[in-house]
Amino acid sequence: MLKTLISRLPMLVLLASLTTLAAPAAQAQVNPTASSVQEQELMRALQTGDFVAGRVSIPDERAGALIKPGNKGWAGIQGTTLRVISVAAVLVTLTILAAFYAYRGRIRIDSGFSGRVIERFDGIERFGHWLLACSFVVLALTGLNFVVGRWTLLPLVGEDTFGTLSAWFKLAHNFMAWPFMLGLVWVFVTWVGRNLPSKVDVNWLKVAGGLFTRGLHPPAGKFNAGQKLLFWMVILGGVGLSYTGVFMLFPWLAGSPAEWQTYQVIHALFAAFMSVVIFGHIYIGSLGMQGAFSAMGSGKVDLNWAKEHHSLWVEEEVGHGKGAAGKPGAAATPAE
Amino acid sequence: MARMKFLCDADRCIECNACVTACKNEHEVPWGINRRRVVTINDGLPGERSVSMACMHCTDAPCAAVCPVNCFYTTDDAVVLHNKDTCIGCGYCFFACPFGAPQYPQVGNFGTRGKMDKCTYCSGGPEADMSQAEYVKYGANRLAEGKLPICAEMCSTKALLAGDGDIIAEIYRERVVTRGYGSGAWGWRTAYGDTVTV
Ligand code: HEM
Ligand code: SF4
Ligand code: SF4
Repeated sequence: MLKTLISRLPMLVLLASLTTLAAPAAQAQVNPTASSVQEQELMRALQTGDFVAGRVSIPDERAGALIKPGNKGWAGIQGTTLRVISVAAVLVTLTILAAFYAYRGRIRIDSGFSGRVIERFDGIERFGHWLLACSFVVLALTGLNFVVGRWTLLPLVGEDTFGTLSAWFKLAHNFMAWPFMLGLVWVFVTWVGRNLPSKVDVNWLKVAGGLFTRGLHPPAGKFNAGQKLLFWMVILGGVGLSYTGVFMLFPWLAGSPAEWQTYQVIHALFAAFMSVVIFGHIYIGSLGMQGAFSAMGSGKVDLNWAKEHHSLWVEEEVGHGKGAAGKPGAAATPAE
Repeated sequence: MARMKFLCDADRCIECNACVTACKNEHEVPWGINRRRVVTINDGLPGERSVSMACMHCTDAPCAAVCPVNCFYTTDDAVVLHNKDTCIGCGYCFFACPFGAPQYPQVGNFGTRGKMDKCTYCSGGPEADMSQAEYVKYGANRLAEGKLPICAEMCSTKALLAGDGDIIAEIYRERVVTRGYGSGAWGWRTAYGDTVTV
């Protein structure tokens, strides 16, 4: 960009001198210094993203960029647009979840706890999940602080504390990026095979997984269509965040400042999108559904829960003989 | 209170770099940082012009808009300053600034840049005026002493003007009218939304 502009400059000078030559002949006493490069001409000739540049005698060649009007465009996007989008994404999602909770309440196990459990996720799967989840939460919260901290946390704690906290948050954001990327790869490798689309997914999606209908439980394998969608959104979103994040972390890898700005905008948009998705995920994995959390906690779920939400998977597991472990007696003898 | 601005009359600037040196010396600016620099456009060609550039102390400063910790503030003289205690060195202001003013003590990555440094219009920072603490972080506070920025004050050709925007615009206008040419008030359109019309 810098080079193109420099190479274009002689042309502009020529243009500028032509205009001077065209001046009335009465001004015969031509002043040689008058045919100089003009700020206005240079600014007019700028293409989007270009900048007015020249040579500097200090060692830092980048200092030769004199006026970069395009930066104001990015400042507007970062300073306003992205902030509005991020805040709106968080608030709208929370509102929707609250409304869903008011409407549907906690999704209970229709047939109650059986008292028998079945292993759903082994240690390797759970480690990957929590690696990804913990690092994500730290990244999301510290990232959000870059966006809205100056309106939320700053007034609460004062400028000194906010500066110190934000510096720590920034370090956390930088270093948590790596466990996050490891978690992403881990989760991808362990679960991709179970997340390929299949025929039952169509039906599951048609009835929205029974989310809005009490007692309706469309058949599903280890992961239902909703979970598969989540999986792919996390993979794509995570890769997008990591890819752009690495460039933000190492700005001079990104090439020109304009490219860095593009990565920053994509990063912030992906972060907002991922937060929306993960809010929903956290809700349904904890408060929203009875019996779901233990799948990632102890790794075991109640057999009735499994039959209702992942019928095909239970058949498969029981068929493999891995089936319901635990205290068979508990289910056989009624509690009374 | 004045609306302080810089204006570099490029038709006078001889690229002596004295403003750059004076600034570094006045404020003990760390190695690698140049709060002011001279850029030569069309170097070596007929009609080349040199422009001395630093922070322009923009109207609606873009740096202030993007700073995640809101550490910028504008003084009564419309000078854009920042608080180094709050700054986390994220580098956003560098990407927002149209003039390359914000710089960092380390050319490192996102975590390791250190506190941002830029031209203060010789008016220090949030610490008590002319205190040692202020000097160490931001350099001299000449405005508090009733003086203008050193770069403009010692410019041998009086190319670099500092002072109230209206007054320096008038000086520049008179010059252009008298000598019959002027390459423009460099950066004004971008920093202040308008330029000096002759
Ligand atoms: C997946 C979880 C992540 C979330 C939710 C997230 C969120 C955010 C947010 C909201 C910002 C502020 C954007 C803005 O200023 O508008 C940000 C900045 C940043 N992120 Fe992330 N991020 C994530 C992952 C990553 C990863 C994986 C990396 C690096 C590999 C990374 C590196 C960065 C860097 C360097 C910044 C610049 C700091 C700044 O905003 O000032 N992030 N992130
Ligand atoms: S010139 Fe750059 S650093 Fe100075 S006020 Fe404008 S945007 Fe901020
Ligand atoms: S480097 Fe400092 S002053 Fe610049 S945007 Fe980041 S926190 Fe604000």
